[in-house]
Amino acid sequence: MKTMHPRLRELAFTLRRFLKNPLSVIGLSLVVIFGLIALLAPVLEPPKYADPYKIPHTGFHIEPSPPSAAHPLGTMQQQYDMLYGLVWGTRSAFRIGVLVVAANLFIGIILGVLAGYFGGLVDEVIMRITDIFFAIPFLVMAMALVVAIGRGLKAVVVVLIILGWPSYTRVLRSDILVTRGKDFILAARASGASHLRIMFTHIVPNALYSVLILASLNIGTTILTAAALSFLGLGSETGTADWGQIISLCRSWIVGTPGNRFAYWYTVFIPGFVISLFVLGWNLMGDAVRDVFDPRMRRR
Amino acid sequence: MVLVLIGVSLLVFTMMMLLPPGQRVAIYVTNDRVSPAMMDALIAKYGLNDPAPLQYFRWLRNLLHGEFGYSITASSPVLKGFARFLPVTLELVLYAAPLIILTGIFLGTLGAVRKDTAMDHVTRVLAIVGFSLPTFWLGLLLMMIFYGFLGIFPPGALSTDVRNIVFSDPTWHPYTHLVTIDAILNWRWQVFWDAFYRMILPTLNLVVINSALIMRLMRSSMLEALGQDYMMTARAKGADRKTLFRRHARRNAMLPVITISGITFAELMGSMVITETIFDRKGIGWWMAQAALQLDVAAIMFDVLFLGTIYVVVNLVVDLIYAYVDPRVRLS
Repeated sequence: MKTMHPRLRELAFTLRRFLKNPLSVIGLSLVVIFGLIALLAPVLEPPKYADPYKIPHTGFHIEPSPPSAAHPLGTMQQQYDMLYGLVWGTRSAFRIGVLVVAANLFIGIILGVLAGYFGGLVDEVIMRITDIFFAIPFLVMAMALVVAIGRGLKAVVVVLIILGWPSYTRVLRSDILVTRGKDFILAARASGASHLRIMFTHIVPNALYSVLILASLNIGTTILTAAALSFLGLGSETGTADWGQIISLCRSWIVGTPGNRFAYWYTVFIPGFVISLFVLGWNLMGDAVRDVFDPRMRRR
Repeated sequence: MVLVLIGVSLLVFTMMMLLPPGQRVAIYVTNDRVSPAMMDALIAKYGLNDPAPLQYFRWLRNLLHGEFGYSITASSPVLKGFARFLPVTLELVLYAAPLIILTGIFLGTLGAVRKDTAMDHVTRVLAIVGFSLPTFWLGLLLMMIFYGFLGIFPPGALSTDVRNIVFSDPTWHPYTHLVTIDAILNWRWQVFWDAFYRMILPTLNLVVINSALIMRLMRSSMLEALGQDYMMTARAKGADRKTLFRRHARRNAMLPVITISGITFAELMGSMVITETIFDRKGIGWWMAQAALQLDVAAIMFDVLFLGTIYVVVNLVVDLIYAYVDPRVRLS
């Protein structure tokens, strides 16, 4: 066998471990499939209006109709096409998830680094602020804040950004406290490196893994919270391709007709199933990434 | 802890200040229709255009005097509405919380003890599913199957007949306002059964979603405990399997579970908002959702303050329990 660069060998080892676990493979495949659906949304379901996130509907008839040739997954209340809603809803979920988690990461990392590296008063102030954010149940605070800044999908995104960063700050800070005292940091300081340089070339890369694992697990939670807010009627408007909104359109149809008690099962079952698969994918992948990267677990 | 509470009040106040004064007036008035001229007068009367710090201290003073304003969704002062909604939520928590903890610990332990058997796989799948299912979807599915298809477990906290007994029968004594407990004290089995019956589905919903975190943590910390040296010592001294698992492994494995029970509580509050909305139980969570939809500022802010305070207290209690249970902390 050809000798590989140690870094490449390590990567190959990591990859092999990742692919050996069937759950990780399922998680990865789910995320990839959803990613493809989101990317190819304009091809899979060409938009009918200028705003592609508006679901086309044929008529205003209130009763959902079962899957048919024209509507492969049936229609929701008011004849919104289910398949269209779910496909563009996937795109919307990716946009929300990635945007929110990226913003959370950005804020969380900067504050975590400041707190962990400088310590003292800066640390005290930042950590007390995170304490306050942790002192109120998440969904409850998100609801109140959405009401305060005005309802809508944009408000939901802003709220999730404002509320989501403290967990990253906490994790990063405690990681940095461990790294800060290590010899290689002292060496860097002795050789005259600036604070900024030490922070971003020595400290952050070493503490980054735990934060990234948290981020991958949090995409699922973020989507669940956004969907819950939309379900409660605080998110997007009726007819928007947004998963929570779609489920809230379907919630009145749990009781079927007298002859067929499961008459509307598709309208209740399908959208929630799609959300669950999406969240499941990210959770499995987050777990897998942790198992692979965590040095305590990986060599087992 | 006091510092955190002050922080929470500041945060709630800041959220409130994001609203225009016209909407904040709603906290003080009982009437929906207010003319523009009256609006200005009211804004001036309650000083809603004053500097923020002044308003904060005035608001805080009102809170400490128990004046929380008027809630349109409860159509009564906030505290009165609260007294009406709290027992409904409390009762559900009373049944769901112990079940969540017991299910989590039991299945987590089972998974670790029988690692890599079918039992282990089943509990792991359960935990992952509980993690990934949206609370509102599971609730709707349960309703569709049990109420829609089988015609059992109807939504709502009480049937009409029983409501009549609880709210207008002169021989009914509401000792605790928790219907199932009052029913036993009043010796009214029909009432007990009705209230209990309608609590089954919401409880199931909460247990499936909220025991997942405990289950996962219990499994991994139990596995860690089983691999420790003291386990081998105990085995070498001839302890049987039962003693090994119960006295040596599980006791140690419980410690991390105690630390996260605060988080479980917060998640339970979140699921409560959704569960009560879906199963039409008029408790704090339902109230919160209604208030958010109808811009009932007084109710929302009160609920956030209340839940924040409770959560801070719960975390304190968790710390105390931890200190008591862990001999390393207790004896140092």
